[in-house]
Amino acid sequence: MNRAALGIGVGVAAVAAATLGLVLTQPKPLKAERLEAIAALEGNAEAGETLFWAGGCASCHAAPGAKDEARLVLSGGVRLTSDFGTFIGPNISPHPQAGIGSWSVADFANALLAGVSPEGGHYYPAFPYGSYTRMSDRDVADLFAFMGTLPESDVASLPHEVGFPFNIRRLLGGWKLLFFTDASRESVDQTNAQLVRGQYLVEGPGHCGECHTPRNLIGGFVSGGWLSGAPNPEGKGIIPNLTPGGKSIKDWSASDIAYYLESGFTPDFDSVGGSMVEVQANMAKLESSDRDAIAAYLKALPARPNGWE
Amino acid sequence: MNFKTLFAAALIGSAAFSPAIAADEPQVVRQEMMKKNGGAVGAMAKMVKGEAEFNADAVLAALTSISEVAGSFGEYFPEGSETGFETEAAPAIWSDRAGFDAALAKYKTDADAALAAAPADLDALKAVFGPLTKNCGACHETYRLKKS
Repeated sequence: MNRAALGIGVGVAAVAAATLGLVLTQPKPLKAERLEAIAALEGNAEAGETLFWAGGCASCHAAPGAKDEARLVLSGGVRLTSDFGTFIGPNISPHPQAGIGSWSVADFANALLAGVSPEGGHYYPAFPYGSYTRMSDRDVADLFAFMGTLPESDVASLPHEVGFPFNIRRLLGGWKLLFFTDASRESVDQTNAQLVRGQYLVEGPGHCGECHTPRNLIGGFVSGGWLSGAPNPEGKGIIPNLTPGGKSIKDWSASDIAYYLESGFTPDFDSVGGSMVEVQANMAKLESSDRDAIAAYLKALPARPNGWE
Repeated sequence: MNFKTLFAAALIGSAAFSPAIAADEPQVVRQEMMKKNGGAVGAMAKMVKGEAEFNADAVLAALTSISEVAGSFGEYFPEGSETGFETEAAPAIWSDRAGFDAALAKYKTDADAALAAAPADLDALKAVFGPLTKNCGACHETYRLKKS
């Protein structure tokens, strides 16, 4: 083979690789059938409120430090620091320009379940669609209806503070290829309705694993580490192991866990702290049967000692 | 000196010094104060949960203890006590002292109000228990760092 042919060969290979890369990293919205199925549902705002608290929307999308009623104003602004940069929760109030008031339920479903924006771009997984993707059509429709009832805010969303190369959103297609799945994180007895509900809440809307599961260098969950605890991405300190194999809560009964989620108190009446304060305030708004289901699921996990506790 | 003697000396040394020193350290004092708070809150929480009979005297004792802790807790965070003795005090206590002091002041105000209310029945206890214990999480959200 002469040099020119080799050059052409390399050129063709490079173009092929680039094309393949572009195809593989292309944002993939939901299939048309699923979008139609969701759009056909009539959202129930009252039922959607449960999903709003279970999903912890206000923790990132209400103004920083907002309390009580102010947590229903989703003006954005909370800063989430990470190894990849600082993500700033955007305005998702029903304001037509500043928020998501102009979105269809299909846009909302694509964001929540596929991590794809109405413009067709990838969202950063700081928005926990890696968990929300397990949500049911009914719950997506209900949550959309509830969020439409919230107050409008005209506060402009701020751009994320993310440096090269993580500012190239297309690369998130590669992250999705490697890590984005709607498969169950844990196998639980599917005949036990309480465990199934707990699994749904923890693995889906509750997105507990997003902080409580260790991640690798490129932000994917370490395999076999589900809910086994992790260093705190926001700085010093730790995020506890939730499995019966860690020292954090292995001695807690299911009712201890449920009471902690309800009241913020540990069995020896220490209190909730750190970012879990917001989470617990959200969990306190659920039905007690939902907190019991979460507790039952956590107690059913296999013990996963993490080696550093 | 052989190894055995050295070991014995070390044991005696640690027995003679460490506990006496540790008990006076602000890190240890404040940890004990929070444990005391946990006991007081627990006594009342059991009544609120219906696991224990309402007892007005026990409630008053618990609220007195909580109010006392609130009164002096802030004195045990001097410069130099940022680390050591497995402290879970967050750096924010020293970088945002005004915020920490304000959180403590609110806790003291709520504790004194609960004590002054002197709950005479379970409903009266419930009315003060919620607002008072909101202070725990509110302060721990920013000023405590879980390390283990």
